[in-house]
Amino acid sequence: MNFNNIFGEIEKVDPEVYSRFDTRRKALRNFAGIGRKIAIAAIPMAIGSMFKKAYAGSKSTNEAVVDILNYALTLEYLEAEFYTKGLQSPLLIPAGAANRDITTISNHETAHVKFLKDTITTAFGAAKVAAKPNIDLTAKGTFADVLTNYSTYLAVAQTFEDTGVRAYKGRAAELVKGGAYLTAALNIHSVEARHASHVRQMRKAMGALVKPWITGKVTGIGTTAVNASYAGEDLTTQATIQIVNINGMGISVDAATEAFDEGLTKDAVLAIVGPFFI
Amino acid sequence: MPKMISSEKEIMVSSDKTARPLSRRNFLTYAGAVTGLSVVLSACDKDDDNKGVNLGSGDTGILNYAYALEQLEAAFYVKVIASPFTGITADETARLTEIRDHEVAHREFFKNALGASAIGALEVNFSTINFTSRDSVLATAKAFEDLGVSAYNGAGALITSADYLVLAGKIVSVEARHAAYIRDLISNGSFADNTVLDVNALEKSRTPKEVLAIAGAYIVTKINASNLPTS
Repeated sequence: MNFNNIFGEIEKVDPEVYSRFDTRRKALRNFAGIGRKIAIAAIPMAIGSMFKKAYAGSKSTNEAVVDILNYALTLEYLEAEFYTKGLQSPLLIPAGAANRDITTISNHETAHVKFLKDTITTAFGAAKVAAKPNIDLTAKGTFADVLTNYSTYLAVAQTFEDTGVRAYKGRAAELVKGGAYLTAALNIHSVEARHASHVRQMRKAMGALVKPWITGKVTGIGTTAVNASYAGEDLTTQATIQIVNINGMGISVDAATEAFDEGLTKDAVLAIVGPFFI
Repeated sequence: MPKMISSEKEIMVSSDKTARPLSRRNFLTYAGAVTGLSVVLSACDKDDDNKGVNLGSGDTGILNYAYALEQLEAAFYVKVIASPFTGITADETARLTEIRDHEVAHREFFKNALGASAIGALEVNFSTINFTSRDSVLATAKAFEDLGVSAYNGAGALITSADYLVLAGKIVSVEARHAAYIRDLISNGSFADNTVLDVNALEKSRTPKEVLAIAGAYIVTKINASNLPTS
Protein backbone atom coordinates (compact mmCIF):
# COMPACT_ATOMS: atom_id res chain seq x y z
CA MET A 1 0.00 0.00 0.00
CA ASN A 2 2.82 2.41 0.78
CA PHE A 3 4.25 3.38 -2.54
CA ASN A 4 5.27 6.66 -1.05
CA ASN A 5 8.27 8.76 -0.32
CA ILE A 6 10.90 6.80 -2.09
CA PHE A 7 12.97 9.89 -2.82
CA GLY A 8 12.66 11.13 0.75
CA GLU A 9 13.71 7.82 2.22
CA ILE A 10 16.55 7.40 -0.22
CA GLU A 11 17.76 10.88 0.61
CA LYS A 12 18.20 9.85 4.24
CA VAL A 13 20.62 7.09 3.33
CA ASP A 14 21.98 8.69 0.20
CA PRO A 15 22.06 12.49 0.35
CA GLU A 16 23.28 12.49 -3.23
CA VAL A 17 20.17 10.87 -4.59
CA TYR A 18 19.13 13.89 -6.57
CA SER A 19 22.54 14.40 -8.12
CA ARG A 20 22.38 10.87 -9.40
CA PHE A 21 19.46 11.99 -11.49
CA ASP A 22 21.50 15.10 -12.48
CA THR A 23 19.43 17.42 -10.38
CA ARG A 24 16.39 17.27 -8.21
CA ARG A 25 14.56 19.24 -10.83
CA LYS A 26 15.44 16.77 -13.51
CA ALA A 27 14.60 13.81 -11.33
CA LEU A 28 11.17 15.20 -10.69
CA ARG A 29 10.76 16.09 -14.32
CA ASN A 30 11.58 12.52 -15.22
CA PHE A 31 8.74 11.38 -13.03
CA ALA A 32 6.43 14.05 -14.33
CA GLY A 33 7.18 12.99 -17.86
CA ILE A 34 6.32 9.38 -17.26
CA GLY A 35 2.62 10.00 -17.03
CA ARG A 36 2.51 11.78 -20.31
CA LYS A 37 4.61 9.40 -22.28
CA ILE A 38 3.64 5.90 -21.32
CA ALA A 39 0.68 3.82 -20.42
CA ILE A 40 -0.16 3.61 -16.73
CA ALA A 41 0.47 -0.11 -16.71
CA ALA A 42 4.08 0.57 -17.61
CA ILE A 43 4.78 2.98 -14.75
CA PRO A 44 6.46 0.43 -12.45
CA MET A 45 8.84 -0.46 -15.25
CA ALA A 46 9.58 3.16 -16.07
CA ILE A 47 10.22 4.13 -12.46
CA GLY A 48 12.31 1.02 -12.00
CA SER A 49 14.40 1.90 -15.05
CA MET A 50 15.09 5.37 -13.70
CA PHE A 51 16.47 3.98 -10.46
CA LYS A 52 18.43 1.34 -12.28
CA LYS A 53 20.13 3.97 -14.38
CA ALA A 54 20.77 6.31 -11.47
CA TYR A 55 22.18 3.68 -9.17
CA ALA A 56 24.13 1.54 -11.58
CA GLY A 57 27.23 0.26 -9.82
CA SER A 58 26.38 1.51 -6.33
CA LYS A 59 25.78 -1.65 -4.40
CA SER A 60 25.28 -0.42 -0.84
CA THR A 61 22.82 2.25 -1.92
CA ASN A 62 20.96 -0.29 -3.97
CA GLU A 63 20.38 -2.27 -0.81
CA ALA A 64 18.88 0.74 0.94
CA VAL A 65 16.55 1.51 -1.95
CA VAL A 66 15.40 -2.07 -2.08
CA ASP A 67 14.72 -1.94 1.62
CA ILE A 68 12.42 1.04 1.17
CA LEU A 69 10.51 -0.42 -1.74
CA ASN A 70 10.17 -3.68 0.11
CA TYR A 71 8.80 -1.88 3.15
CA ALA A 72 5.89 -0.65 1.03
CA LEU A 73 5.54 -4.05 -0.54
CA THR A 74 5.45 -5.72 2.86
CA LEU A 75 2.45 -3.68 3.93
CA GLU A 76 0.72 -4.67 0.71
CA TYR A 77 1.57 -8.30 1.34
CA LEU A 78 -0.24 -8.05 4.67
CA GLU A 79 -3.45 -6.77 3.14
CA ALA A 80 -3.37 -9.21 0.23
CA GLU A 81 -2.72 -12.12 2.60
CA PHE A 82 -5.56 -11.02 4.84
CA TYR A 83 -8.11 -11.12 2.03
CA THR A 84 -6.72 -14.22 0.35
CA LYS A 85 -6.76 -16.18 3.60
CA GLY A 86 -10.21 -14.87 4.46
CA LEU A 87 -11.62 -16.08 1.17
CA GLN A 88 -9.97 -19.48 1.68
CA SER A 89 -11.44 -19.95 5.16
CA PRO A 90 -14.53 -22.12 4.97
CA LEU A 91 -17.76 -20.61 6.24
CA LEU A 92 -16.06 -17.32 7.17
CA ILE A 93 -17.36 -14.95 4.51
CA PRO A 94 -21.03 -15.37 3.58
CA ALA A 95 -21.73 -16.37 0.01
CA GLY A 96 -23.27 -13.75 -2.24
CA ALA A 97 -22.61 -10.02 -1.95
CA ALA A 98 -20.10 -10.29 0.91
CA ASN A 99 -17.98 -12.87 -0.90
CA ARG A 100 -18.22 -10.91 -4.13
CA ASP A 101 -17.06 -7.67 -2.50
CA ILE A 102 -14.23 -9.17 -0.46
CA THR A 103 -13.07 -10.81 -3.68
CA THR A 104 -13.09 -7.42 -5.40
CA ILE A 105 -10.98 -5.87 -2.65
CA SER A 106 -8.68 -8.89 -2.58
CA ASN A 107 -8.04 -8.55 -6.30
CA HIS A 108 -7.15 -4.88 -5.89
CA GLU A 109 -4.64 -5.55 -3.11
CA THR A 110 -3.06 -8.35 -5.11
CA ALA A 111 -2.74 -5.95 -8.05
CA HIS A 112 -1.04 -3.39 -5.79
CA VAL A 113 1.45 -6.06 -4.69
CA LYS A 114 2.20 -6.83 -8.31
CA PHE A 115 2.65 -3.13 -9.10
CA LEU A 116 5.38 -2.84 -6.45
CA LYS A 117 7.03 -6.14 -7.28
CA ASP A 118 7.23 -5.15 -10.95
CA THR A 119 8.90 -1.88 -9.99
CA ILE A 120 11.54 -3.58 -7.83
CA THR A 121 12.12 -6.32 -10.36
CA THR A 122 12.72 -3.87 -13.18
CA ALA A 123 15.12 -1.76 -11.16
CA PHE A 124 17.09 -4.35 -9.22
CA GLY A 125 16.15 -7.80 -10.46
CA ALA A 126 13.69 -10.39 -9.22
CA ALA A 127 16.15 -11.64 -6.59
CA LYS A 128 15.77 -8.35 -4.70
CA VAL A 129 12.02 -8.63 -4.31
CA ALA A 130 11.29 -9.41 -0.68
CA ALA A 131 9.64 -12.73 -0.14
CA LYS A 132 6.27 -12.62 1.50
CA PRO A 133 6.94 -12.54 5.25
CA ASN A 134 5.34 -14.94 7.67
CA ILE A 135 2.11 -13.33 8.70
CA ASP A 136 0.03 -13.95 11.79
CA LEU A 137 -3.42 -12.55 11.05
CA THR A 138 -4.41 -12.93 14.71
CA ALA A 139 -1.71 -10.35 15.63
CA LYS A 140 -0.30 -12.71 18.22
CA GLY A 141 -3.70 -13.59 19.58
CA THR A 142 -5.24 -10.12 19.73
CA PHE A 143 -7.72 -11.11 17.02
CA ALA A 144 -7.73 -14.83 17.84
CA ASP A 145 -10.89 -15.63 15.84
CA VAL A 146 -10.15 -13.41 12.84
CA LEU A 147 -10.46 -16.32 10.39
CA THR A 148 -13.42 -17.98 12.04
CA ASN A 149 -15.58 -15.06 13.14
CA TYR A 150 -16.92 -12.86 10.34
CA SER A 151 -17.52 -9.95 12.68
CA THR A 152 -13.88 -9.95 13.82
CA TYR A 153 -12.73 -10.37 10.25
CA LEU A 154 -14.62 -7.29 9.05
CA ALA A 155 -13.41 -5.27 12.06
CA VAL A 156 -9.81 -6.06 11.14
CA ALA A 157 -10.58 -5.31 7.47
CA GLN A 158 -11.92 -1.89 8.44
CA THR A 159 -8.83 -1.20 10.53
CA PHE A 160 -6.46 -2.26 7.74
CA GLU A 161 -8.21 -0.09 5.16
CA ASP A 162 -8.54 2.99 7.35
CA THR A 163 -4.90 2.57 8.41
CA GLY A 164 -3.83 2.16 4.79
CA VAL A 165 -5.48 5.45 3.88
CA ARG A 166 -3.69 7.16 6.77
CA ALA A 167 -0.35 5.59 5.90
CA TYR A 168 -0.27 7.22 2.47
CA LYS A 169 -1.35 10.59 3.74
CA GLY A 170 1.11 10.64 6.61
CA ARG A 171 4.01 10.95 4.23
CA ALA A 172 2.49 12.78 1.30
CA ALA A 173 4.48 15.89 2.21
CA GLU A 174 7.73 14.11 1.44
CA LEU A 175 6.42 13.23 -2.00
CA VAL A 176 5.58 16.77 -3.07
CA LYS A 177 6.44 17.47 -6.72
CA GLY A 178 6.88 13.75 -7.25
CA GLY A 179 5.25 13.82 -10.66
CA ALA A 180 3.74 10.62 -11.99
CA TYR A 181 5.20 8.78 -9.03
CA LEU A 182 3.13 10.91 -6.65
CA THR A 183 0.10 10.51 -8.87
CA ALA A 184 0.44 6.73 -8.70
CA ALA A 185 0.56 6.87 -4.91
CA LEU A 186 -2.53 9.09 -4.84
CA ASN A 187 -4.29 6.75 -7.22
CA ILE A 188 -3.73 3.85 -4.82
CA HIS A 189 -4.62 5.95 -1.78
CA SER A 190 -8.13 6.77 -3.02
CA VAL A 191 -8.81 3.13 -3.82
CA GLU A 192 -7.98 2.22 -0.22
CA ALA A 193 -10.48 4.89 0.87
CA ARG A 194 -13.16 3.37 -1.38
CA HIS A 195 -12.47 -0.01 0.24
CA ALA A 196 -12.68 1.51 3.70
CA SER A 197 -16.03 3.10 2.89
CA HIS A 198 -17.48 -0.17 1.65
CA VAL A 199 -16.14 -2.32 4.47
CA ARG A 200 -17.62 0.12 6.97
CA GLN A 201 -20.99 -0.22 5.22
CA MET A 202 -20.65 -4.01 5.39
CA ARG A 203 -20.09 -3.70 9.14
CA LYS A 204 -23.00 -1.31 9.51
CA ALA A 205 -25.28 -3.85 7.84
CA MET A 206 -24.28 -6.22 10.64
CA GLY A 207 -25.15 -3.71 13.35
CA ALA A 208 -21.88 -1.85 13.90
CA LEU A 209 -22.26 1.83 14.67
CA VAL A 210 -20.11 3.17 11.86
CA LYS A 211 -20.55 5.35 8.81
CA PRO A 212 -18.59 5.23 5.54
CA TRP A 213 -16.46 8.06 6.99
CA ILE A 214 -14.58 8.36 10.28
CA THR A 215 -16.35 10.35 13.00
CA GLY A 216 -14.01 11.78 15.63
CA LYS A 217 -11.65 9.00 16.66
CA VAL A 218 -14.50 6.55 17.13
CA THR A 219 -13.49 3.06 16.02
CA GLY A 220 -16.88 1.35 16.12
CA ILE A 221 -14.94 -1.74 17.16
CA GLY A 222 -15.29 -3.38 20.56
CA THR A 223 -11.62 -3.57 21.45
CA THR A 224 -9.12 -0.88 22.34
CA ALA A 225 -6.54 -2.82 20.31
CA VAL A 226 -7.48 -0.79 17.23
CA ASN A 227 -7.45 2.63 18.90
CA ALA A 228 -4.03 3.56 17.52
CA SER A 229 -5.45 3.38 14.00
CA TYR A 230 -7.90 6.16 14.81
CA ALA A 231 -5.83 8.35 17.12
CA GLY A 232 -5.81 11.95 15.92
CA GLU A 233 -8.78 11.58 13.57
CA ASP A 234 -10.72 13.93 15.86
CA LEU A 235 -8.86 17.00 14.58
CA THR A 236 -11.19 19.94 13.91
CA THR A 237 -8.61 22.53 12.82
CA GLN A 238 -7.00 22.39 9.38
CA ALA A 239 -4.08 24.69 8.54
CA THR A 240 -5.03 26.78 11.60
CA ILE A 241 -8.57 27.20 10.24
CA GLN A 242 -11.31 26.11 12.61
CA ILE A 243 -13.76 23.94 10.68
CA VAL A 244 -16.52 23.75 13.31
CA ASN A 245 -19.15 26.34 12.36
CA ILE A 246 -16.76 27.80 9.81
CA ASN A 247 -18.02 31.13 8.42
CA GLY A 248 -21.29 30.60 10.30
CA MET A 249 -22.15 27.51 8.28
CA GLY A 250 -23.26 25.35 11.18
CA ILE A 251 -20.72 22.58 10.73
CA SER A 252 -20.83 20.24 13.73
CA VAL A 253 -17.79 18.81 15.47
CA ASP A 254 -18.64 15.40 14.01
CA ALA A 255 -18.93 16.75 10.46
CA ALA A 256 -15.72 18.74 10.87
CA THR A 257 -13.78 15.61 11.80
CA GLU A 258 -15.43 13.50 9.11
CA ALA A 259 -14.68 16.02 6.36
CA PHE A 260 -10.90 15.56 6.68
CA ASP A 261 -9.02 12.27 7.02
CA GLU A 262 -5.76 12.50 8.96
CA GLY A 263 -2.38 10.95 8.23
CA LEU A 264 -0.24 8.59 10.29
CA THR A 265 3.55 8.56 10.52
CA LYS A 266 5.62 5.61 9.38
CA ASP A 267 6.48 4.79 13.00
CA ALA A 268 2.83 4.79 13.99
CA VAL A 269 1.92 2.53 11.07
CA LEU A 270 4.74 0.11 11.85
CA ALA A 271 3.66 -0.05 15.49
CA ILE A 272 0.15 -0.95 14.33
CA VAL A 273 1.08 -3.64 11.81
CA GLY A 274 4.09 -5.01 13.73
CA PRO A 275 2.11 -7.63 15.69
CA PHE A 276 0.88 -9.14 12.40
CA PHE A 277 4.42 -10.14 11.37
CA ILE A 278 6.13 -13.20 12.83
CA MET B 1 -17.24 51.92 -13.54
CA PRO B 2 -18.26 51.16 -9.95
CA LYS B 3 -21.78 50.42 -11.15
CA MET B 4 -20.46 47.75 -13.49
CA ILE B 5 -18.80 45.90 -10.67
CA SER B 6 -21.59 46.17 -8.17
CA SER B 7 -22.08 42.41 -8.09
CA GLU B 8 -18.42 41.59 -7.86
CA LYS B 9 -16.81 41.03 -4.50
CA GLU B 10 -13.39 40.60 -5.95
CA ILE B 11 -11.84 41.89 -9.09
CA MET B 12 -9.18 40.18 -11.09
CA VAL B 13 -6.48 42.31 -12.66
CA SER B 14 -5.75 40.49 -15.85
CA SER B 15 -2.98 42.69 -17.14
CA ASP B 16 -0.45 40.05 -16.20
CA LYS B 17 -0.62 36.28 -16.25
CA THR B 18 -1.35 35.98 -12.58
CA ALA B 19 -4.73 36.46 -11.02
CA ARG B 20 -4.41 39.15 -8.42
CA PRO B 21 -7.60 39.64 -6.51
CA LEU B 22 -8.16 43.03 -5.01
CA SER B 23 -10.57 44.04 -2.35
CA ARG B 24 -13.36 46.31 -3.49
CA ARG B 25 -11.80 49.18 -1.62
CA ASN B 26 -8.46 48.63 -3.27
CA PHE B 27 -10.10 48.21 -6.62
CA LEU B 28 -11.83 51.52 -6.35
CA THR B 29 -8.55 53.13 -5.37
CA TYR B 30 -6.88 51.56 -8.37
CA ALA B 31 -9.71 52.43 -10.65
CA GLY B 32 -9.53 56.02 -9.59
CA ALA B 33 -5.81 56.15 -9.94
CA VAL B 34 -5.62 54.63 -13.36
CA THR B 35 -8.51 56.34 -15.05
CA GLY B 36 -7.44 57.11 -18.56
CA LEU B 37 -4.63 54.58 -18.51
CA SER B 38 -4.69 51.41 -20.54
CA VAL B 39 -4.88 48.92 -17.70
CA VAL B 40 -7.36 46.20 -18.56
CA LEU B 41 -9.71 45.27 -15.79
CA SER B 42 -11.46 42.11 -16.83
CA ALA B 43 -14.44 42.58 -14.55
CA CYS B 44 -15.19 45.85 -16.26
CA ASP B 45 -15.49 44.28 -19.65
CA LYS B 46 -17.79 41.30 -19.89
CA ASP B 47 -16.84 40.75 -23.49
CA ASP B 48 -13.15 40.56 -22.72
CA ASP B 49 -11.33 37.36 -23.63
CA ASN B 50 -10.71 36.76 -19.94
CA LYS B 51 -14.30 37.19 -18.85
CA GLY B 52 -15.53 35.12 -15.95
CA VAL B 53 -13.23 34.09 -13.14
CA ASN B 54 -9.55 33.48 -13.50
CA LEU B 55 -8.34 30.69 -11.22
CA GLY B 56 -4.86 32.12 -11.21
CA SER B 57 -1.52 30.36 -11.38
CA GLY B 58 0.66 28.12 -9.24
CA ASP B 59 -0.67 26.68 -6.02
CA THR B 60 -3.22 29.47 -5.74
CA GLY B 61 -4.65 28.39 -9.08
CA ILE B 62 -4.90 24.77 -7.95
CA LEU B 63 -6.56 25.77 -4.69
CA ASN B 64 -9.06 27.91 -6.59
CA TYR B 65 -9.66 24.96 -8.90
CA ALA B 66 -10.46 22.80 -5.85
CA TYR B 67 -12.55 25.64 -4.42
CA ALA B 68 -14.57 25.78 -7.65
CA LEU B 69 -15.26 22.04 -7.55
CA GLU B 70 -16.21 22.16 -3.88
CA GLN B 71 -18.59 25.04 -4.63
CA LEU B 72 -20.27 22.88 -7.25
CA GLU B 73 -20.54 19.85 -4.97
CA ALA B 74 -21.76 21.85 -2.00
CA ALA B 75 -24.41 23.65 -4.06
CA PHE B 76 -25.65 20.31 -5.36
CA TYR B 77 -26.02 18.68 -1.94
CA VAL B 78 -27.59 21.79 -0.43
CA LYS B 79 -30.29 21.45 -3.05
CA VAL B 80 -30.58 17.67 -2.54
CA ILE B 81 -31.29 18.19 1.15
CA ALA B 82 -33.55 21.21 0.59
CA SER B 83 -35.72 19.22 -1.85
CA PRO B 84 -35.24 15.50 -1.11
CA PHE B 85 -35.99 12.96 -3.81
CA THR B 86 -39.12 10.85 -3.62
CA GLY B 87 -38.77 7.86 -1.35
CA ILE B 88 -35.59 8.97 0.38
CA THR B 89 -34.96 6.89 3.51
CA ALA B 90 -34.03 8.21 6.93
CA ASP B 91 -30.58 6.69 6.61
CA GLU B 92 -30.05 8.27 3.18
CA THR B 93 -31.18 11.62 4.52
CA ALA B 94 -28.69 11.34 7.38
CA ARG B 95 -25.76 10.35 5.17
CA LEU B 96 -26.53 12.86 2.40
CA THR B 97 -26.86 15.61 4.99
CA GLU B 98 -23.43 14.67 6.31
CA ILE B 99 -21.99 14.73 2.80
CA ARG B 100 -23.54 18.17 2.31
CA ASP B 101 -21.85 19.36 5.50
CA HIS B 102 -18.51 17.85 4.45
CA GLU B 103 -18.65 19.62 1.09
CA VAL B 104 -19.69 22.91 2.67
CA ALA B 105 -16.80 22.52 5.14
CA HIS B 106 -14.40 21.90 2.23
CA ARG B 107 -15.76 24.91 0.34
CA GLU B 108 -15.47 27.25 3.29
CA PHE B 109 -12.04 25.88 4.16
CA PHE B 110 -10.71 26.75 0.71
CA LYS B 111 -12.39 30.13 0.81
CA ASN B 112 -10.65 30.99 4.06
CA ALA B 113 -7.34 29.40 3.09
CA LEU B 114 -7.27 31.40 -0.14
CA GLY B 115 -8.31 34.63 1.56
CA ALA B 116 -8.00 37.56 -0.78
CA SER B 117 -6.95 35.22 -3.61
CA ALA B 118 -10.21 33.27 -3.60
CA ILE B 119 -12.42 33.41 -6.67
CA GLY B 120 -15.96 34.63 -6.11
CA ALA B 121 -19.11 32.57 -5.83
CA LEU B 122 -19.81 30.56 -8.97
CA GLU B 123 -23.23 30.44 -10.56
CA VAL B 124 -24.39 26.86 -11.09
CA ASN B 125 -27.07 25.39 -13.34
CA PHE B 126 -28.72 22.15 -12.25
CA SER B 127 -31.60 22.29 -14.74
CA THR B 128 -30.68 18.89 -16.18
CA ILE B 129 -31.08 17.24 -12.78
CA ASN B 130 -34.48 16.00 -11.61
CA PHE B 131 -34.21 16.53 -7.86
CA THR B 132 -37.41 14.57 -7.19
CA SER B 133 -35.89 11.48 -8.82
CA ARG B 134 -33.64 9.20 -6.78
CA ASP B 135 -31.99 7.90 -9.94
CA SER B 136 -31.25 11.36 -11.26
CA VAL B 137 -29.87 12.67 -7.97
CA LEU B 138 -27.71 9.63 -7.22
CA ALA B 139 -26.37 9.44 -10.77
CA THR B 140 -25.32 13.08 -10.52
CA ALA B 141 -23.83 12.54 -7.06
CA LYS B 142 -21.83 9.60 -8.38
CA ALA B 143 -20.56 11.65 -11.31
CA PHE B 144 -19.57 14.55 -9.04
CA GLU B 145 -17.82 12.37 -6.44
CA ASP B 146 -15.89 10.27 -8.96
CA LEU B 147 -14.97 13.48 -10.77
CA GLY B 148 -13.78 15.05 -7.52
CA VAL B 149 -11.55 12.10 -6.65
CA SER B 150 -10.01 12.02 -10.11
CA ALA B 151 -9.53 15.79 -9.98
CA TYR B 152 -7.66 15.81 -6.66
CA ASN B 153 -5.55 12.84 -7.72
CA GLY B 154 -4.67 14.53 -10.99
CA ALA B 155 -3.90 17.87 -9.34
CA GLY B 156 -1.62 16.47 -6.64
CA ALA B 157 1.46 16.48 -8.82
CA LEU B 158 0.80 20.12 -9.78
CA ILE B 159 1.00 21.34 -6.17
CA THR B 160 4.37 22.68 -5.03
CA SER B 161 3.58 23.24 -1.34
CA ALA B 162 3.84 20.17 0.85
CA ASP B 163 1.24 21.61 3.22
CA TYR B 164 -1.31 22.08 0.45
CA LEU B 165 -0.60 18.61 -0.90
CA VAL B 166 -1.31 17.10 2.51
CA LEU B 167 -4.54 19.07 2.79
CA ALA B 168 -5.66 17.90 -0.64
CA GLY B 169 -4.84 14.37 0.52
CA LYS B 170 -6.97 14.79 3.63
CA ILE B 171 -9.92 15.80 1.46
CA VAL B 172 -9.59 13.40 -1.46
CA SER B 173 -9.95 10.28 0.66
CA VAL B 174 -13.18 11.67 2.10
CA GLU B 175 -14.43 12.28 -1.45
CA ALA B 176 -13.49 8.68 -2.23
CA ARG B 177 -15.50 7.51 0.77
CA HIS B 178 -18.44 9.53 -0.54
CA ALA B 179 -18.02 8.12 -4.03
CA ALA B 180 -18.00 4.54 -2.77
CA TYR B 181 -21.06 5.17 -0.60
CA ILE B 182 -23.08 6.75 -3.43
CA ARG B 183 -22.05 3.99 -5.82
CA ASP B 184 -23.14 1.34 -3.33
CA LEU B 185 -26.50 3.11 -2.97
CA ILE B 186 -26.98 2.84 -6.72
CA SER B 187 -25.63 -0.69 -7.05
CA ASN B 188 -24.19 -2.43 -4.02
CA GLY B 189 -20.66 -3.64 -4.72
CA SER B 190 -19.83 -1.00 -7.33
CA PHE B 191 -17.72 1.02 -4.87
CA ALA B 192 -14.54 0.69 -6.94
CA ASP B 193 -15.30 -0.85 -10.31
CA ASN B 194 -13.29 -0.75 -13.50
CA THR B 195 -14.97 2.43 -14.71
CA VAL B 196 -12.80 4.29 -12.16
CA LEU B 197 -9.86 1.88 -11.76
CA ASP B 198 -7.16 0.80 -14.21
CA VAL B 199 -5.63 -2.67 -14.65
CA ASN B 200 -3.25 -2.09 -11.73
CA ALA B 201 -6.23 -1.26 -9.46
CA LEU B 202 -5.10 2.37 -9.43
CA GLU B 203 -7.71 5.12 -9.66
CA LYS B 204 -7.87 6.85 -13.05
CA SER B 205 -7.01 10.51 -12.43
CA ARG B 206 -7.95 13.48 -14.58
CA THR B 207 -6.21 16.72 -15.54
CA PRO B 208 -7.85 20.05 -14.65
CA LYS B 209 -8.69 20.52 -18.32
CA GLU B 210 -10.53 17.19 -18.45
CA VAL B 211 -12.32 17.87 -15.17
CA LEU B 212 -13.46 21.37 -16.08
CA ALA B 213 -14.79 20.17 -19.42
CA ILE B 214 -17.09 17.82 -17.51
CA ALA B 215 -17.95 20.15 -14.62
CA GLY B 216 -18.57 22.98 -17.04
CA ALA B 217 -21.95 21.51 -17.93
CA TYR B 218 -23.16 22.58 -14.48
CA ILE B 219 -21.29 25.86 -14.05
CA VAL B 220 -22.64 29.03 -15.67
CA THR B 221 -19.75 31.28 -14.65
CA LYS B 222 -17.00 31.10 -17.21
CA ILE B 223 -13.83 29.73 -15.64
CA ASN B 224 -10.46 30.72 -17.01
CA ALA B 225 -8.02 27.95 -16.12
CA SER B 226 -5.39 28.94 -18.66
CA ASN B 227 -2.84 29.92 -16.04
CA LEU B 228 -2.98 26.67 -14.08
CA PRO B 229 0.24 24.66 -14.02
CA THR B 230 0.18 21.67 -16.38
CA SER B 231 3.19 19.75 -15.13
